Amino acid sequence: MNATTPSQLEKLIASGKFAVTSEVGPPRSADGAVIEHKGNLIKDYVDAVNVTDNQTSVCRVCSLACCIRLKLMGLEPVLQMVTRDRNRIALQSDILGAASFGIHNILCLTGDHQHFGDHPKAVNVFDLDSVQLIQTVRLMRDEGRLLGGHQFEVRPQMFIGAAANPFAGPNVPMRVARLAKKAAAGVQFVQTQCIYNMDTFKEFMKIAGDRGLHEKVAVLAGITPMKNVGMAKYMQKRVPGIDVPDEIVRRIGGVPKEKQAEEGINLAVEQIEELKEVKGVRGFHLMAIEWEEKVPEIVERAGLYPRPG
Amino acid sequence: MIKAVPKPLEEVLDLVKDFHKVLIAGCDGCVTVCEAGGMKEAKVLASALRLYFTQEGRAAQVDEVSLTRQCEKEYLAELADRLDAYDAVVSLACGCGVQYLAEMYSHKIIYPGVNTCFLGVNEERGLYSERCQACGHCILADTGGICPIARCSKRMLNGPCGGSEKGKCEINPEIPCGWELIYERLKTLGQLDRFEKPVDPKDWSSSRDGGPRKIVREDLRI
Repeated sequence: MNATTPSQLEKLIASGKFAVTSEVGPPRSADGAVIEHKGNLIKDYVDAVNVTDNQTSVCRVCSLACCIRLKLMGLEPVLQMVTRDRNRIALQSDILGAASFGIHNILCLTGDHQHFGDHPKAVNVFDLDSVQLIQTVRLMRDEGRLLGGHQFEVRPQMFIGAAANPFAGPNVPMRVARLAKKAAAGVQFVQTQCIYNMDTFKEFMKIAGDRGLHEKVAVLAGITPMKNVGMAKYMQKRVPGIDVPDEIVRRIGGVPKEKQAEEGINLAVEQIEELKEVKGVRGFHLMAIEWEEKVPEIVERAGLYPRPG
Repeated sequence: MIKAVPKPLEEVLDLVKDFHKVLIAGCDGCVTVCEAGGMKEAKVLASALRLYFTQEGRAAQVDEVSLTRQCEKEYLAELADRLDAYDAVVSLACGCGVQYLAEMYSHKIIYPGVNTCFLGVNEERGLYSERCQACGHCILADTGGICPIARCSKRMLNGPCGGSEKGKCEINPEIPCGWELIYERLKTLGQLDRFEKPVDPKDWSSSRDGGPRKIVREDLRI
C-alpha cells in the first residue's frame, strides 16, 4: 500500500506502523468550543480524528464544520459521511467543500436508520449507500468527475475509508464478502465496529486474510472502553450490530462500582495488545464515547505513545 | 396488489358528521382482497355511521355501494345518476380510486375511508407485507428475486448494513434483513458473485423522484 494522497493517516499506514484514530461527536447546539475541547484532549495521542455525522440519527453540528475546525487547529480530520440525510448532489457538494479546506480523509457510511434518533418522523434519503459513496469519492478523486458526468480540474484528494462490522452476524463469511465488495468499490481503510467478541473478530480476519483482503484494505480495529457494567449491559442488549459476550459483562460487573471504569480501561488495553498480533490489523480506532479524556491513557498504556509525525 | 387498512371510525365520523346524506363507495379490486374497502367493509362502515347518527338523534341517510374498480372511468360512471342525492362520498378505494372518483365528480365532496399502505402480498388472512416500491426499473434478476428497495429499511443496493443482527433488521427484530435473505438466496442459486459486485448508483428518475409518472403504451392505444 503506497500513499497516493496528502493524507497523513494514509502515509502512516503505508509506513507499516500501527495507526491510531479516534472520534469526536459534535454537540447538539451551536457550541463550537465543544469540538475544540474534545480535539485538544486527544490531539497528541492520535493520528487522525473522525467526526461523526449525526450519529444514531440525532441532529448535531455537521461533521464538515467540525472537521474544518479541527483542521484549523492542526489536527487531521476524518470526515464521516452518511448517505441517510443527503442525496448525491449534497454528498458530492460536501466532498468538494471538504477537499477545498484540505480535508483528506473520508469515512463512507450508510448511517443508522432515523428510527433511532431524535427525528423518527423524518424522510430518509439513501439515494446512495456506503459502497456507492466509496465509488463516488473514487470517481471524483481518480477521474475528476461527478456522478452526473461533469469533469472538473481540482480533484478531492481523499484517503477513502468505510466501516466494517464482523459482528452483524451470524454469518461471518457474508460480512467478509461485504468487505470484499467495499474493497472492489475502492475503499482503502476500514474502521471496525467495537470489538468485544475476539473469536468472531479473529474468524473474520482469518477469512479476510485468506482472501488477501488485508493487502487491499487497512483494517483499524475498533475499541470502545466500557465505563461501567450498565454500559456493558446496554451495549449488549440495545445497540444493533454489537456483540458483547457475557464474560465481558461479568468482568466489568465483577469489580466494585468505583473500579469499573478502571477495569474498562484495562480491558481496552488488553484488547489492543491482543489485536496487535492479529494478521491484517493495521491500527486502532478508539471510540471513547463521551469519554475522550481517557484516550491518552489507553494509547499510552497500550504502548502506542508517542505518535509518529 | 395494493394493500390498505380502514381508517379509524372516529376519523371518518369526524369527516362526515355534519352531512345528512352520505354514500360509502367500496371497490371490488385490491381493497376487497385485503378486506379494507370492499362491499363488506362498505356495509360495516355504513352501519356504524347510521348507528352514530341514530345515537345523536340525527336524521341522516347512509347508503353503500361497491364498484368493480374505482381506477377506471367506465365503472365510476355507474355513479353518475346517483351522486346528486348525496352530500358527500366516502371512498374505500385506494388513493388512486379516491382521486379518480374526485376527478370525475369534481363538484362532489369525496373523502378517503382507508389508508393506502403499500404494494404487497397476502402472507395469511389479515397479514400483508410489502414486496415492491414500484421504482420503475426492476432489478430482481440481480438480487435473487428479493427486492432490496422494498425489503431493506435503507433501500441499500449493496447491503447488508452493519446494523442487522441475527438476520433481522436494526429497526425491528420482527423484520427480516432483506440483504441476509438476498445473500442466502444467491448462495442457494450459486450466484454469490453477484453479491460481491458493487452495484452502481441507481437511476431514480423512473421512481417518484422523476415526478408524477405516466405510462404511454402506443402499442395498446387505439
